[in-house]
Amino acid sequence: MSSSVSITLTQCSRTFAGGNTALQPLDLHVEAGETLVLLGPSGCGKTTTLRIISGLESPDKGGRVQFGKRDVTALPIEKRDVGMVFQNYALFPNMSVADNIAYGLKIQRLPRAEIEQRLDDVMRMVDLQGFGERRIDALSGGQRQRVALARAIAVRPKVLLFDEPLAALDAKLRDRLRIEIGQLLRELGTTAVYVTHDQDEAMALGDRIAVMQAGRIAQLGSPQEIYHQPANAFVADFIGAVNCLEVITTRADGGLAVHGGELVAPHLTGVSTVYCRPEDIQVVPAAQADIRGKVVQSIFLGQTQRLMVDTGGAAPLQVEASSRQRYSHDAIISLALPAHVLFHPDRPTPSVRTQEVVNG
Amino acid sequence: MKSRLRFTLQLSFTLLVCLFMIVPVAMSVVAGLTENYFLGLESGLTLRWVNEVWQLYADTILLSIQLALACLLITVVIGVPAAYGLLRSRRRWANAIEELLLLPVAVPGLATALALLLAYGSYREFRSSWLFILVGHVLFTLPFMVRAVLAVMQTAKLPQLEEAAASLGANFRQRFFGVVIPNSMSGILAGALMVVTLSIGEFNITWMLHTPLTKTLPVGLADSYASMRLEVGSAYTLIFLVMVVPLLVAIQWAGKLTRRH
Repeated sequence: MSSSVSITLTQCSRTFAGGNTALQPLDLHVEAGETLVLLGPSGCGKTTTLRIISGLESPDKGGRVQFGKRDVTALPIEKRDVGMVFQNYALFPNMSVADNIAYGLKIQRLPRAEIEQRLDDVMRMVDLQGFGERRIDALSGGQRQRVALARAIAVRPKVLLFDEPLAALDAKLRDRLRIEIGQLLRELGTTAVYVTHDQDEAMALGDRIAVMQAGRIAQLGSPQEIYHQPANAFVADFIGAVNCLEVITTRADGGLAVHGGELVAPHLTGVSTVYCRPEDIQVVPAAQADIRGKVVQSIFLGQTQRLMVDTGGAAPLQVEASSRQRYSHDAIISLALPAHVLFHPDRPTPSVRTQEVVNG
Repeated sequence: MKSRLRFTLQLSFTLLVCLFMIVPVAMSVVAGLTENYFLGLESGLTLRWVNEVWQLYADTILLSIQLALACLLITVVIGVPAAYGLLRSRRRWANAIEELLLLPVAVPGLATALALLLAYGSYREFRSSWLFILVGHVLFTLPFMVRAVLAVMQTAKLPQLEEAAASLGANFRQRFFGVVIPNSMSGILAGALMVVTLSIGEFNITWMLHTPLTKTLPVGLADSYASMRLEVGSAYTLIFLVMVVPLLVAIQWAGKLTRRH
């Protein structure tokens, strides 16, 4: 497999000619062989960051880009030895599938035999055997994406860059390709930076995720850290759904009075809002209730259902429940919110309860 | 009932207009093949006049072809990079340049010719060579090439393709010839056909710039109508049509290719 390098961005910022600051000065380090996902809403600066890493854009004065120990800031993209997969694939319409994939290899002037060999290898990896002579306009979206992928990895780049590659595909195809890309990245072991606005994609593919907002990194961490220990309200709300419960009063014994009931959370004394994920709230018999409320809406999602529960607070609570149970409109419902599922970005959470599966 | 009547009326009107334009041309063709125009078709059909045209004016026909091909070469070499430059440039003066390019087309050919005479007329060698006419032709046909190529370039999403090629290690020259040109081919083809057709038929500028030794087909045509029998002039027109009509058909076909993008 190709040798991979680490990527280091030092104080890279980018302000465009019209005055729009796409990126505030940014420091970022990607380990060799790691897949880092840049996640965020439109305009957060993730694509700009990717393009600065690729060499298609240069950081403003003072910014530095390094691959390993080598300073590549002044190098244009054609000299950086990267492989890039674009959102709209950017396949060459005047060439066949095989010619597209082999394009980079021909530029490198590799011997014919080796080009053939690599073509075979790569087309097998992306499951496109036998497609060599097809024209680009005869391919489906998923097939085009695979050609774009094959083209980028055929040159054995030091760094792989993905610019929202699955955004143009339908949901089912996205799901499937996401898994394939994940396997591919693991198999190749190349350092990869992947830009997306889809959090499911981010959590499935990333070794680490950088959640970005308005030109800054809001949080950098593993998918588990980002999801269970969001560093601020933006991250908490951007990843998955989150409930914010306003704390009305704090009792002497540590109990937090909220709309609809009372919560026990010793680690959250003094906070004004308590956060909780919909899937962590349990529907329980009345005797075990921490909170009670009225079901105002139930949204069937196939696998689960989302209940909107009015507890008297500003916004209804979102609760994820089994889809087989029917709740009638205005039914009173009892919910349990144990301490370990409650969090606040500013407070360290007690370690997440996970069960380790032991072999054997 | 009413729409059928309207359809018939519209069709008849269209046919009449077509006839109005085509009949003169057809009459000219027939005149070129008739033994004696004033006696009409009864005098018989003959290729005598066509032969005579060829004897007298073969060199003008050849010069027209030579000019058209040279014009094509120059407009491709100048026009394709120019179109690319206009595509990539985001500055405001790019629009100004595009408009300046159109000037020789909008301005009467006589004025363009006069301008050339003023600027370069004093260079004896240049003035009396066919290159002088070539300059006029290039000025007139360049915008057609640039526009045709630019139109296709704009729909081909070239910037993205170039980024992809660059990411795979291609330098500017490799990108230009391996990605940009092949994907602009239909525009280049459409432009080429336009340029050749316009150059062969160009009269206004050429008339002012020609010398007895550098006559093109249209100039010879004017000559023959002025000084020879009507039949000779008509035979000359026939030859011109035989050269140009296939080109016009090819332009239509190339236009369909361009629209497919």
